[in-house]
Amino acid sequence: MDKELLLGAEAVGLAAIDAGISGVYAYPGTPSTEITEYIQHSPIAREKNIRSNWTANEKTAYEAALGMSYAGKRALVCMKHVGLNVAADAFMNSAITGCNGGMVILVADDPSMHSSQNEQDTRMYGKFAYLPVLEPSNQQEIYNLVRFGFNMSEQTELPVLVRITTRLSHSRAIVVRNNEKTQNILNPAQKKSDWILLPANARKNYAQLLSKQDILLELSESSSVNSIVDTSGDIGVIACGIAYNYAMEIKQMKSKEFGVLKISQYPLPLKKIKSFIDSYSTILVAEEGYPIYEELLPAYFPGTTFKGRLTGDLPRMGELNPQIIAHALAVDLGEKNTASEIVIPRPPSLCKGCGHRDLFTELNSILKDYTQQHVFSDIGCYTLGALPPFDTISTCVDMGASVTMAKGAADAGLHPAIAVIGDSTFTHSGMTGLLDAVNDKNHITIIISDNSTTAMTGGQDSAGTGKIAEICKGIGVDENHIKTLIPHKKHFEHNCAIIKEEIEYKGVSVIISQRECVQTAVRKKKQQKK
Amino acid sequence: MNKNCIIAGVGGQGILTIAAIIDIAAIKHNLFVKQAEVHGMSQRGGAVESHIRISDSEIFSDLIPSGQADCIIATEPLEALRYVPFLKKNGMIISAQKPFINCDNYPEEEKLFSELKNYSSIIVDAEKLALQNGSIKATNTVILGAAAPFLDIPETLFAEAISHFFAAKGKQIVSMNISAFNDGLAYSKKN
Ligand SMILES: Cc1ncc(C[n+]2csc(CCOP(=O)(O)OP(=O)(O)O)c2C)c(N)n1
Ligand code: SF4
Repeated sequence: MDKELLLGAEAVGLAAIDAGISGVYAYPGTPSTEITEYIQHSPIAREKNIRSNWTANEKTAYEAALGMSYAGKRALVCMKHVGLNVAADAFMNSAITGCNGGMVILVADDPSMHSSQNEQDTRMYGKFAYLPVLEPSNQQEIYNLVRFGFNMSEQTELPVLVRITTRLSHSRAIVVRNNEKTQNILNPAQKKSDWILLPANARKNYAQLLSKQDILLELSESSSVNSIVDTSGDIGVIACGIAYNYAMEIKQMKSKEFGVLKISQYPLPLKKIKSFIDSYSTILVAEEGYPIYEELLPAYFPGTTFKGRLTGDLPRMGELNPQIIAHALAVDLGEKNTASEIVIPRPPSLCKGCGHRDLFTELNSILKDYTQQHVFSDIGCYTLGALPPFDTISTCVDMGASVTMAKGAADAGLHPAIAVIGDSTFTHSGMTGLLDAVNDKNHITIIISDNSTTAMTGGQDSAGTGKIAEICKGIGVDENHIKTLIPHKKHFEHNCAIIKEEIEYKGVSVIISQRECVQTAVRKKKQQKK
Repeated sequence: MNKNCIIAGVGGQGILTIAAIIDIAAIKHNLFVKQAEVHGMSQRGGAVESHIRISDSEIFSDLIPSGQADCIIATEPLEALRYVPFLKKNGMIISAQKPFINCDNYPEEEKLFSELKNYSSIIVDAEKLALQNGSIKATNTVILGAAAPFLDIPETLFAEAISHFFAAKGKQIVSMNISAFNDGLAYSKKN
């Protein structure tokens, strides 16, 4: 079959298309964005009429995928790790309903926080919900396991979680395709009690979920991706997901003897683990993420010494790499050059000509006159307003939190209470907070820095483009206090005057600071040329 | 056969283009390839890197272990120096000469180049050679040309890979990039 050089993320997209999905649902988020983009740009997906537009947030994505599964068709939902927090209510409860058409939840974690606020480990959510988790170690295995995940989902009638990480998602390797499957026919779920989670039904369904755990364990025990690869040496490595690559790299490079048990499917296959660790007194548990299983294994196998992130043999946080694994196995990789002392960090910054720049310049000039200079902000390119030369913003916590934190601070008596939020973040989860503020008649100023795109993640369509003012009006903001400004040097005085006026207005005001993202504008121009 | 190289530069300098062309050439040469790249936050004028690994046998790690890179290919000298802990003891640095200064405390150029001299290095005025070929945009293909002799892939395959990569942009862009590549290659062979 065809061979292609694909990013891990693209391998997910291709596998889902070949598995016969009828739709992908996603909100962008590094390192998961390229999955949906691959499907959006795939001519095969277009031919097969696979639904692939961006959704407003991860919760809407999740529920729509569940609806497609209810209708009997296969659906993929993807997001970055923190996106699952937003979709968590739907996720946890979909474990209780189960699914009809195959449903795969692809979550891309970001250990080391290359572009995230935390490094939460999605495998924990799998355990939390009692759902199976697949954790591929390379791009080909991503393809295979996403395909397998859809089959397994239909077989067990459960959504299946597939976890990848930044390294895998953003690394290319050759992937070989398999036969394509046709899409499922419309075949809606019939048993209402599965889907109506009234307490009486929920209790029965939950018991059923618990009774499926033995089946999931059996599937893990017999899975070919959980395999004892090597039984040499006097230390064994339980290598989870991508950690397997690093262990094998060290083995290949230094011909070092140590045992390797590769794990790519959870719940953990305890019988297989037992037969592996019986030959060793010491085991290194290499997990790309939290030491979830390192913490649990000693209770199952009290006679064995387990080493890993909790014992300090591996770093407590951050992503793994070959050197870290080598160090933990006392393998010397030889001398290396020392880092140069004159090398300085080169952090990212807002593009030249970006409208967010002008907004921050305006805000800095206005705030000079106030004793309280707090700007509650949010996640997007504009978070770079935290860095010099601006240093404008005071917070960035989770998507939508700018509006609600400004609201809470206003409740506490803070003035000015200013929120700066991007257009995509506003429609993701800022709108509901605005409704709270309107209902409480808060004295706050919400600035929506509207560049008509989701710029941070590479310029995806933004759900509210062209509708922001109408949305705010609909939520109940007084029309006279919804102001649209063009952030540009030539409007500096005018903009400052308006923003100041609205800060002083004793109610909810919304300022839409509107100029297209420079990068998106360039991209559009290029596309028009084609 | 087994080559590890780090491609380094600043967001927007086209390091992923260099990586993609090497990928294509390596696949044409029937080699295994793994190429890790940076997306997201670091692209707005921040430091960007890509790890390319090519081999005639299976490659496990997506990341090059420290001290194991055969070469660093950089579009900018500070970025070349950033990754020296990855470089093998006898590894090679191929870097464009012109600094890209977008931060306040950029090191003094003299110090930068004197440190680079501690390694086997080829510093090429890639921008000049690119301009001679008609466009500053070909700077990265000049650098690729200068790096080509160290990659163990036949030079003709690079020309094929460049043709393949730029095919959609038309014949003129293809031939300009091949010529820029050849100038980089010639410079490297002379030095
Ligand atoms: C729950 C969650 N989903 C997704 C992301 C990834 N993410 C960070 S910023 C952003 C979009 C920002 O778009 P916008 O608010 O329009 O600001 P811009 O970057 O365009 O300035 C996304 C999708 C995240 N951090 N958290
Ligand atoms: S990508 Fe767009 S929004 Fe982001 S910094 Fe650049 S111009 Fe501004």
